[in-house]
Amino acid sequence: MKPVDQSAAADMFIADVQHERFHDHHLWDLRKGRDQERDQIPEWETLRQLASDIKAHTLTHLADYLEEFERNATANGVQIHWAQDAQEHNRIVGEIFAAHQVKTVIKSKSMLTDECQMRPYLAELGITVIESDLGERIQQLDDDQPPSHIVVPAVHKLRGDVAKLFARTINSDPNNDDPKVLSEAGRQSLRPHFLAADAGMTGANYLIAETGSFVVCTNEGNADISANLPPLHVASVGIEKLIPRIEDLGVFIRLLSRSALGSPITQYTSHFRAPRDGSEMHIVLVDNGRSARLGMADFWTSLKCIRCGACMNTCPVYRRSGGLSYGSVYPGPIGVILNPAIDLHRYRALPYASTMNGSCTSVCPVKINIHEQIYQWRRIISEKQELPLLRRTALDVAAKVLASPALYRRVIAGVDQVSREFPRALIYNPLNAWGLQREIPDAPKATFHQWWAKNRGADHE
Amino acid sequence: MSSRDIILAQVRVNQPPASDLPKVPLFDANLPSPWPQFQASLQRMGGEILDCPEGVHLNALLAQHFPQAKIIASVVPEVEGNFNVVQGEDPHHLAEVDVAVVRARFAVAETGSVCFTEQELVINALAYLAQHLVVLLDVNEIVGNLHQAYQRPEFQMARYAVLHSGPSATADIEGTLVHGAQGVRTLSVIAYQRTPCVV
Ligand code: SF4
Repeated sequence: MKPVDQSAAADMFIADVQHERFHDHHLWDLRKGRDQERDQIPEWETLRQLASDIKAHTLTHLADYLEEFERNATANGVQIHWAQDAQEHNRIVGEIFAAHQVKTVIKSKSMLTDECQMRPYLAELGITVIESDLGERIQQLDDDQPPSHIVVPAVHKLRGDVAKLFARTINSDPNNDDPKVLSEAGRQSLRPHFLAADAGMTGANYLIAETGSFVVCTNEGNADISANLPPLHVASVGIEKLIPRIEDLGVFIRLLSRSALGSPITQYTSHFRAPRDGSEMHIVLVDNGRSARLGMADFWTSLKCIRCGACMNTCPVYRRSGGLSYGSVYPGPIGVILNPAIDLHRYRALPYASTMNGSCTSVCPVKINIHEQIYQWRRIISEKQELPLLRRTALDVAAKVLASPALYRRVIAGVDQVSREFPRALIYNPLNAWGLQREIPDAPKATFHQWWAKNRGADHE
Repeated sequence: MSSRDIILAQVRVNQPPASDLPKVPLFDANLPSPWPQFQASLQRMGGEILDCPEGVHLNALLAQHFPQAKIIASVVPEVEGNFNVVQGEDPHHLAEVDVAVVRARFAVAETGSVCFTEQELVINALAYLAQHLVVLLDVNEIVGNLHQAYQRPEFQMARYAVLHSGPSATADIEGTLVHGAQGVRTLSVIAYQRTPCVV
């Protein structure tokens, strides 16, 4: 596949001033909300360390925990399926639905089913999947656009965009762009789908080995309706979502929504252990590259990710480029380190969509060393001799961020602690906002392009 | 070899060197008084507290609070509704319910959450298809934080256990908070002691 040109896509996003400004400010507000929550919890850093350690332990004993989970879930009357890759996942889900004559499915948000491109596959089989998370539904109605953020899928759209889209697709009033009215229109249009669905689908935030149960966190309650109304509930889950014990949930639930949205908890935290009387519950455990990643010494800790989106909200490049520019279901810093392992050629430019300011690492609730992994991917890519082109790309991205002194100051303010372990060449590399700041103490008066032309341009080309 | 065995084998080969599972403390020294903390947290999450003045019957309180409500489905003995929720019945019937009245198993002060299992809800979908949810809570059954909550047996025993922290909400359109996204539009908690079982 053609490499993703994140920089060019970001250009288009930035050119649209209104959208770019809202996106940037709104996501930064989420980051500030996260900080406020953190400040109210004295044990916050202890919780992050615990979360990171629990995940490390689970991942280093993953096979045993998977077996324990399977044993307990099966004893609870849940049917467990295993999928090595996206195709097998889709085939299994299709077969479950075919066996139950399912024609319509109501589904809550799941990055995994997007990763597997399940919807188009099921559509071919004549099965309609309706997204029930409002943001994800907006994206689905908009010509099946992928989500642009893993927690707030339509965050790149403004109210006017939604008003136009809803007028076109669900007959709402095109002249009313009040978010309350639009959300109500979304509710009214989704309700018949809930009631008519033959099956419900969810993802899962956590699988618990001890009990064979799984946990789904939503704000809309859509996962609970999807799971509790139709007689069939299928959950698709990556194998890395395991944690050993129920008591571990205390750590993760306390961190998740605070990191994601700056709220103490999601409105709904739902624990599914066994099917309701007269209904069936299936879990599809999906590998799709995860077991291979587990063997990558520099990158396996990315499997600790709990998909909170905090690294996106804090990332100056993400905030100013929009999630769609990454060309993957996983955008932002986490996408930058996940995607190259999936397709190095296609995603070779992504590790350069970073100022290396380390802000992602300092907010990550499971303490993934995101910016260090970004650096490792750059090394791998430069060893593959694709550097000159990529340097230019990286330069563009950094330049966009640094062109705004206000934003630049915010980038620097967002750096809580940055690893100083990088070689000097990288710290003082022009792609690195942090290194740049050390060389030019004040926020740059010239744009990055001008600075580059003056200081480094000569020895580059 | 089955996909299961292939995945497990590959995971085993690739697992990094083992690290230990840490103990999780309860972090419950010096927690604030549960009931005031619960009320503050619930309000933060968009829920509300309904005061039931001495001598006022819950039926009257609800009639006053939800004057438009036509169908009230109560699964608690303290409130008389006009809709029968029968265990094992098709949940789709519940789509017409205006107000559902249920009792919380327990609550969490830190997050303003109330916990239900399939036992309290009778039909799980009741708590989502109704337009409004009214929750009776015994204030002696509030734990301080989520660590304490996860010590409770419900999470080991129940088929379905859920924490509701305020009503259904979305901020998917321009970050504007709207209540009543797909589930209930309001969630109200009434402090009301559990009626002792009559044997
Ligand atoms: S990498 Fe960390 S901050 Fe980013 S989504 Fe995952 S858990 Fe959240």
